[in-house]
Amino acid sequence: MSASSAGGLSLFFRRDGVRGFMLMSPAFIFALLLLAIPIGVIITFSFWTQSYLDIDTTLTLSNYREVWEKPIYGVLLTRSLIVAGTVTFVTVIFAYPLAYYVAFHVHQRKALWIFLITIPFWTSYLLRIFAWKLILGYNGVVNTSLMEIGLITEPLSFILYNVNAVVLTLSHAWMPFAILPIYVSLQKIDRSYLEAATDLGDGPIRRFLRVTLPLSLPGVLAAMVVVFIPTIGDYVTPKLVGGTDGLMIANMIQVQFGKANNWPLGAALAVTTMVTVTLVATAFVFFAKWLGGRAR
Amino acid sequence: MRFKFLTLYAVAFMIFLYLPVLFLPLFSFNDSTIVAFPLKGFTLQWYENLLTETTMHQAFFNSMQVGWSTAIISTLLGICAARAVTRYNFFAKKSITAFVMLPLVLPEIIVAISLLVVILWLGFNLSLFSVMLGHILMTVPFSTAVLISSFEGFDKSLEEASMDLGEGPFMTFLRVTLPMVAPGIISSLLITFTISLDEFIVAFFLTGTEPTLPIYIWGQLRFIAKLPNVVALGSILLFSSFLLLCIAEFVRRRAQRRTGIEGSIL
Repeated sequence: MSASSAGGLSLFFRRDGVRGFMLMSPAFIFALLLLAIPIGVIITFSFWTQSYLDIDTTLTLSNYREVWEKPIYGVLLTRSLIVAGTVTFVTVIFAYPLAYYVAFHVHQRKALWIFLITIPFWTSYLLRIFAWKLILGYNGVVNTSLMEIGLITEPLSFILYNVNAVVLTLSHAWMPFAILPIYVSLQKIDRSYLEAATDLGDGPIRRFLRVTLPLSLPGVLAAMVVVFIPTIGDYVTPKLVGGTDGLMIANMIQVQFGKANNWPLGAALAVTTMVTVTLVATAFVFFAKWLGGRAR
Repeated sequence: MRFKFLTLYAVAFMIFLYLPVLFLPLFSFNDSTIVAFPLKGFTLQWYENLLTETTMHQAFFNSMQVGWSTAIISTLLGICAARAVTRYNFFAKKSITAFVMLPLVLPEIIVAISLLVVILWLGFNLSLFSVMLGHILMTVPFSTAVLISSFEGFDKSLEEASMDLGEGPFMTFLRVTLPMVAPGIISSLLITFTISLDEFIVAFFLTGTEPTLPIYIWGQLRFIAKLPNVVALGSILLFSSFLLLCIAEFVRRRAQRRTGIEGSIL
């Protein structure tokens, strides 16, 4: 009896499905414990309230009411959406030609190009923002250089500590990340389609618009999503180069978990942000798919 | 004509990509307490100053400790996950894999605050250990992605041959599979270590009284007099990341040539 059940058990563990699942489970359980459950806790927290140090665990929507009613949160959320949207747009517009260049015009050393493009992305994020602060600052590279060559007599103050500086810094930081998916989708395009288009009389521009661009849209879409989602939750860039007009929703979340010490409100803000991001991203993907469907 | 324009664009783009970061090493040798043009002269003073900054040394050791533990654990998790993804079919494979990869696209602040709340709520103290947990969560998608590309590439029949010749599954893994994916493992270790070394947002929330290097840098940014030192430290950090990534890429490429596997870091 015990022998046969042990045999059954070992057979069970030898089945491919079970083996695969077992191998996947350490990473899966880790993510479950440290990601899914914490996010669940955050959602729960957002329905609680806090007075001084005591947490009141009665479920209530008062945090969400506060988020909804106080204009500051709406302003920050809208600004974050606009900044993230602009960064996404700028990043993809500038990344596309480079991805195109590497995919179609680099024949040897493609991997080297891709490696060189990705390297800045792996280096310290904080240091890259810090570098921009050195460049755009009051005594920064731009101002001191312009003064040195005599174009301006006193430092320009409008280049740092505003929304534009945030957009510039974030776009620079996320550019490598946007290039990869676009490059992959361009690389996948069957070159014979392009030849066919040329044979059938399309010029280079028409060929690009009718063949290359539509076929690379999935990559563009992926690039947009991977840039949009992280940028909306950024708080280091706004804090270092944004000034007061450049602060974003994540800075407010940080304040609630730090100085203001109102976790439930911070949790409600975090949940609101997550839901907004998900809605915008989903709507966007559907819109793009619909557009793609119509174009065909 | 068009080709030339694109080449020009590509070169300009690369300059734009690298230029901001290159100001750090440039100013780190500048003999002036103000980090600005015009350059005054060459000095190693800022690097010398770092030698006596004991709080920075402590931060360095903290970062090392978090870095290597993160690298080892997330690579182990990545090996299992990559093996599962490339060799087996199992229940809800796509959703589970997507879930494991999720931290890649989640805003980091969400990851950070949810971990923070749970750790404090359960009554644990913030420490280097909590930073490590956060970093593992963030780096597992990267190690899995790197390792999937090396597991994917090699010929399954090699394993079958070993099994046919009488080795058990464990010894086959040890003597056939592991040597083949070793370059992937090394590059995963180096990449996850680099990410952990440079990571700021999650560390900022989860660190207790012991700062990691980026947290130390963040603290120093407030003191204008310390700025040249920070620039020097930043240059060292940039250079080490660059070096580690080059080694990772070199190892991976050499292995590709040997095994004929194609693929890239992502």
